[in-house]
Amino acid sequence: MPTVRITVMLKPGVLDAPGQAVRAGLHALGYPVETARVGKVIELAVPDALRAQVDEMCERFLANPLIEAWTVEEREAVR
Amino acid sequence: MTWGVVVFPGANCDRDCAHVLRAVLGADVVEVWHADRALDGIDALVLPGGFSYGDYLRSGAVAATAAIMPALRAFAAAGGPVLGICNGFQILTEARLLPGVLMRNRSLRFRCHPVWVRVESVATPFTAGLRAGEVLQMPIAHGEGAYLAPPETLDALAAAGRIVFRYCDARGRVVPAANPNGSAAAIAGVANAAGNVVGLMPHPERASEALLGSSDGRRLFESAAAWVASRRPAASGAAR
Repeated sequence: MPTVRITVMLKPGVLDAPGQAVRAGLHALGYPVETARVGKVIELAVPDALRAQVDEMCERFLANPLIEAWTVEEREAVR
Repeated sequence: MTWGVVVFPGANCDRDCAHVLRAVLGADVVEVWHADRALDGIDALVLPGGFSYGDYLRSGAVAATAAIMPALRAFAAAGGPVLGICNGFQILTEARLLPGVLMRNRSLRFRCHPVWVRVESVATPFTAGLRAGEVLQMPIAHGEGAYLAPPETLDALAAAGRIVFRYCDARGRVVPAANPNGSAAAIAGVANAAGNVVGLMPHPERASEALLGSSDGRRLFESAAAWVASRRPAASGAAR
């Protein structure tokens, strides 16, 4: 069954408090990265009949469109 | 008067709410299971605080898909009073029954202490018995309570009188130091367009008995009870 990987990230301009905390932690360990952003990865095994509805799933549930944007990539089947 | 308290897996304020409604207000209470599909005989509904579904995905997101939600939407659409407290507020925004979203506190810290809020709107069942501008003390207990909405939504909410509570100091001044989580416009609670659905981050059920330091929160429940009672004759068709 085809697998899709959905990456959900906060939209630019939305305060990414976890990302800032990660950045601060890396700085504390001596890695002065410029930015860090924290998001989510969701993998779905999707029947062909549902493939066209993945964006709708993201809009309705997997992401909050007010604050989050998502990308969908096709993956090899995950075991 | 019969209240419904919706119980989701991971809710932890459902019994506190039922206690206040039953023992303090003397009302009847039905604990509504999330997998139920009907709200028969309920006059007003509370979505209690807690961590429904472990806050997985986003706080309130999974609860917004629960089997009870179609009945809750119908209850709200028919004008039934619905109060979402803390996680209940998050559920109502995720269900898109209220605008906006509750984000991680700007401080990144879980904040658990009493706050003051100013009543900004009395055009809801839960505030009809209060005075605009009066100051209430209630506790907060949340990690994700920073209210955010697009600027045009914030403007529309303010213009329509749908901002119900704002964080303030003890004298009712909305100042940055009194905002515990970084909420836009110091918003602690909002209402839907009809006014019958209200969400707020502070916990009125934890401020309903003097023994607990404040009984200000009780007035929200009493207000809704009076509101429901005042509408009974109209609902039965009596003309007067």
